[in-house]
Amino acid sequence: MPNLEHPAYPAAALLHLESLVPCRESQVSMLLSIFGEVRQQFSFPSIFIYGHTSSGKTYVMQTLLNTLQLPHVFVNCVECFTSRLLLEEILIQLQSCSSETEPTSPVPCDTFNDFVRLFKQALVSRELQDQTLYIVLDRAEQLREMEANILPAFLRLQELTDSNVTVVLLSEIVWELFRPNVGCFDPLTLYFPDYSIGHLQKILSQNHPPEYTADFYAAYINILLGVFYMVCRDLKELRHLAALNFSKYCEPVVRGEANERDTRKLWKNIEPHLKKAMQTVYLREISSSQWERLQHDGGEPGQLKGLSAHTHVELPYYSKFLLIAAYLASYNPVRTDKRLFLKHHGKMKKTNFMKKHEKTSNHLLGPKPFPLDRLLAILYSIVDKRVAPTANIFSQITSLVTLQLLSMVGQNDQLEGPRYKCTVSLDFIRAVARTVNFDIIKYLYDFL
Amino acid sequence: MSTCSVSKGCFVFKPSAKKRKLSQSTAHDFGIRNDDSEDTELRFVTCQSLWNQIKSETEKVQEDLNKQLLDNLMNFLSRFHSEFQEKTAEWTCRMKFREIPTAALVLGVNVTDHELTFKSVSDFLQNNITPYIALLEAKDCPGVKNLMQKLMGQLMNCYVDVDSLEDEDYVQVSQNRIRCSMSSLIKWYESVTKKTDSEAPSKKRTTSAHWQSPPVVVIFKDMESFTTKVLQDFIVICSQHIHELPLVLIFGIATSPMIIHRLLPHSVSSLLCIELFQSLSCKDHLSTIIDKLLLTAQFPFKLGEKVLQVLINIFLYHDFSVQNFIKGFQLCIVEHFYSQPLSVLCCQLVDLQKRVHSLSHDQCENIRRLPSFRRYVEEQESGKQVALLTTDNFLKEEIQKLLEDLHVYHENYVSILRCLHVFTSSLPKYPLGKQIRELHCACLENQVWETEEYESSLQLARMLNKSDLVTMLQQCMEILLSSSGKEFDKTVEKLKKFLTEFQNLEVAEAFQEQDVSISSQKELQKKTDLYHLQKTLLELKESRRTKKLTKFEMLRFEVVDYIDSLVRKYLVPADRRTLHEILYFNTAAVLRGHLNAAPRTALHTALNNPHWYLKNQALKCDGGSISNKAPDICIVYKLHLECGRLINLVDWLEAFSTVVMAGEEPNADTASSDQMDDIIHARFIRAVSELELLGFIKPSKQKTDHVARLTWGGC
Repeated sequence: MPNLEHPAYPAAALLHLESLVPCRESQVSMLLSIFGEVRQQFSFPSIFIYGHTSSGKTYVMQTLLNTLQLPHVFVNCVECFTSRLLLEEILIQLQSCSSETEPTSPVPCDTFNDFVRLFKQALVSRELQDQTLYIVLDRAEQLREMEANILPAFLRLQELTDSNVTVVLLSEIVWELFRPNVGCFDPLTLYFPDYSIGHLQKILSQNHPPEYTADFYAAYINILLGVFYMVCRDLKELRHLAALNFSKYCEPVVRGEANERDTRKLWKNIEPHLKKAMQTVYLREISSSQWERLQHDGGEPGQLKGLSAHTHVELPYYSKFLLIAAYLASYNPVRTDKRLFLKHHGKMKKTNFMKKHEKTSNHLLGPKPFPLDRLLAILYSIVDKRVAPTANIFSQITSLVTLQLLSMVGQNDQLEGPRYKCTVSLDFIRAVARTVNFDIIKYLYDFL
Repeated sequence: MSTCSVSKGCFVFKPSAKKRKLSQSTAHDFGIRNDDSEDTELRFVTCQSLWNQIKSETEKVQEDLNKQLLDNLMNFLSRFHSEFQEKTAEWTCRMKFREIPTAALVLGVNVTDHELTFKSVSDFLQNNITPYIALLEAKDCPGVKNLMQKLMGQLMNCYVDVDSLEDEDYVQVSQNRIRCSMSSLIKWYESVTKKTDSEAPSKKRTTSAHWQSPPVVVIFKDMESFTTKVLQDFIVICSQHIHELPLVLIFGIATSPMIIHRLLPHSVSSLLCIELFQSLSCKDHLSTIIDKLLLTAQFPFKLGEKVLQVLINIFLYHDFSVQNFIKGFQLCIVEHFYSQPLSVLCCQLVDLQKRVHSLSHDQCENIRRLPSFRRYVEEQESGKQVALLTTDNFLKEEIQKLLEDLHVYHENYVSILRCLHVFTSSLPKYPLGKQIRELHCACLENQVWETEEYESSLQLARMLNKSDLVTMLQQCMEILLSSSGKEFDKTVEKLKKFLTEFQNLEVAEAFQEQDVSISSQKELQKKTDLYHLQKTLLELKESRRTKKLTKFEMLRFEVVDYIDSLVRKYLVPADRRTLHEILYFNTAAVLRGHLNAAPRTALHTALNNPHWYLKNQALKCDGGSISNKAPDICIVYKLHLECGRLINLVDWLEAFSTVVMAGEEPNADTASSDQMDDIIHARFIRAVSELELLGFIKPSKQKTDHVARLTWGGC
């Protein structure tokens, strides 16, 4: 195991740091060597760290900078949704970074030019010139959506401000997706690999509850990973799940039916429970608090219906037919309308009609847009009664659009008739058609 | 400003300052059409007070219906709140991920009703839990920036702006300007809670209703319309600060909770702790409203069958909106009091005598003109006929009696209707409808005992088993006892007698059991399909005529016959009753015209038959011919109806000029006719572009001198 060694920092601090970042020692030592041998040394202008969700990027950066007490600014780019907010946030943090004085009211900072100026001022006033300042931008992929100059400017902030500063970008996607067309200063990229199952086991076992021994908890984690590792490698999520289900695992021990070493018995008790958890609480079909209450009351999870179980949508009578008509219009080719909806459609050779020029089914291609008139024409022919084209019918089309059951396509021209797409699934429309006794399959070209 | 309109366009908003003045003059407007009667003032006042009563009644109903939902929400919030307050160092709490509590309210597709539900939810929260509530709508939040702006604006009640660059007077307003970010929101929250904590002793009364460090509730009114990115970003931001700021999200969902999974990826939905809350279904809501507004003797005003049918049809076929139903009901009230001069008498019984006596001679004449009253007069003997038609005072006495009868009739009607509903709602296949409103409509429409459905339901009722029958009789008895009608003492006694007889039967039943078991076995063997079953039942019926009926069967027949007699006595349709015009509003055509707007039909009528709207005698044309006096656009429209999908402009112009010139003298002067042609040409072009603007035609790319028709069908 590579012990962290570095001349600039006290050995005790390094040892402490090592205990805090299990399984990330090599990355930390790499970072430390990039940071330079002494605090005053200039580091690389910008570092880009990427890796999958919860591979410890943010955590490692934060612990590293905090334990070694390096001057730093930590900003989450999702939270600062405009460049102005981002720049001001950095300045505010910088002001409170090394001084205990009450931060003065923030100065408006709209452009990067202002930022550079104010940044330099702040550095001077806070007496930070002598050591490297680290600016960490978490979720840096958001930077791409801001003004075009923000990202390149951050990458060469050292050069622009002419001061000892290093920008660290954290992101889940690779650098190639960041690089602007015009080119820019390439940062030093560093990859954080996913935790392996062994790593996960080690990290998760570290925080065992005080009432139980570490071995007991480690055995539990082992079972948990056996179930969940296939679907979830997110450390945060796994820890959450571990906490949720631990009380159930302990149940036999608490009741005195098994002792802590009785692994097999405990496994038998927890395994079906965890499988059920994978289908419900992990998918957020039922909430974690509901899950805990279920566990507490000892009820069956079957009693609670998940979110996806409520698929039924009750619609007014004509809305149902409008939706059916829209579905038919979306998935049937226009040329088949005559055949399907006209009573006297004349002699049409069956073979000719059935000849499928397009081999692929329309359901694989997805819904096609159709004009309003076609929708109404189909509606009139599938409803038994005579439907007057009242404002009520038209407003129902609009409300179907707001409910996201239909979607409007290309609404730029007001004079042109609007075009729609039907966005519901086949199962949904079949359920709707069943309630009005309409055999939709008979009218779908794909199923003829 | 917002409109409730679904279409896009320009809307004119009149300043609201004029409102007060308007309401004073409304009473005046009320009488414009019927200035012959002096009762307009009184009618207006009656109408207003009636509507106010009904309004408060509906509000009460709504409150009761929402109670369950609100209580559940309260429980949900308090659970999370205690968790937040504890901040325990317990192991599970430390390890567990702090999720944002989220309530998913499934409200149904009747979006127009949601506003009210949200209002009651936010009022409830405001009164009981927290002052910090923000209601967000999708149309205000195209980006996270706008969302935060809106959120902070609502929470802090002050002007917030992200990009202050746009404003010149930045310096002046900088006091109110706050950075629109989560950190400033947290700072605000800390300062606010600290303030209330320190001021708690002095302001105890105002803050006592709220919890300590109350949660901040953010309500997304229309979840479906929010864009994925905005929601995702907002939730991610919130989850980073959930430790400092006790946020609670409420999603208003119109379709199904599946939409959450469709909008949010797992990485985001795993930040939420979602619980589902179902609001009452709109159909149940409507049933309650009908029950409380129509099937009650509380209000003198009633709806006729056709009108009720129109309102229910709009509800079931078009919008599912209870609000619209109530609005329609309100329209009925206003229309009734406006158009029917005799509606003065549509009042509570206590006021009736005074009002009847103060009727003017004109009003008496109005009464004599009522069809139902004329029918009544014809049935009387000649002496009374003369008195009724000539003596006002005698008439007034008679009217009062008749109206009192009508009120009593309605009370009895409702009770017996409920009894009948007890029977019909438990029959297989519901021949008379499952809901009481369907039964109500059927009874109002015509004499219900003459319908086939009634016949078949009686048949089915004659086959009910004993336990069902007994429970139904008990229910009926409860209904009749609770009703205010005085005539039912005898009926109740009769029902009691039936019940005791049924009890007596139980003792005797033991003897017959053997007999029954044999016959039922025989039936069971034959029971192969419905057709055969029916046949055997018919045969059995035939044979039973000859065979002696069991005691139970005889009693059952008796009960059903008794119910039938009650129905025949009390469920007479309202329009058979004398003076029903005064209390029952039945002009469905007016209502339909107001509520079922048909823009296409109206446009067609206007263009096809301009006389309909312009009322100009010159335009009155017969059949399909085109008058040359009609506006140009009408002529062009009529001509275009005769064309196919593509219209040749030259031919069209030719036809147009023929029609226009038809009435004029053929002019020999070529110079002036040339000029004439130019004018006609210009008129034609203008009319055609008007048609294009209305969306009937558009330029075609297939042929340059043609336009394409956008509508189909001829004249």
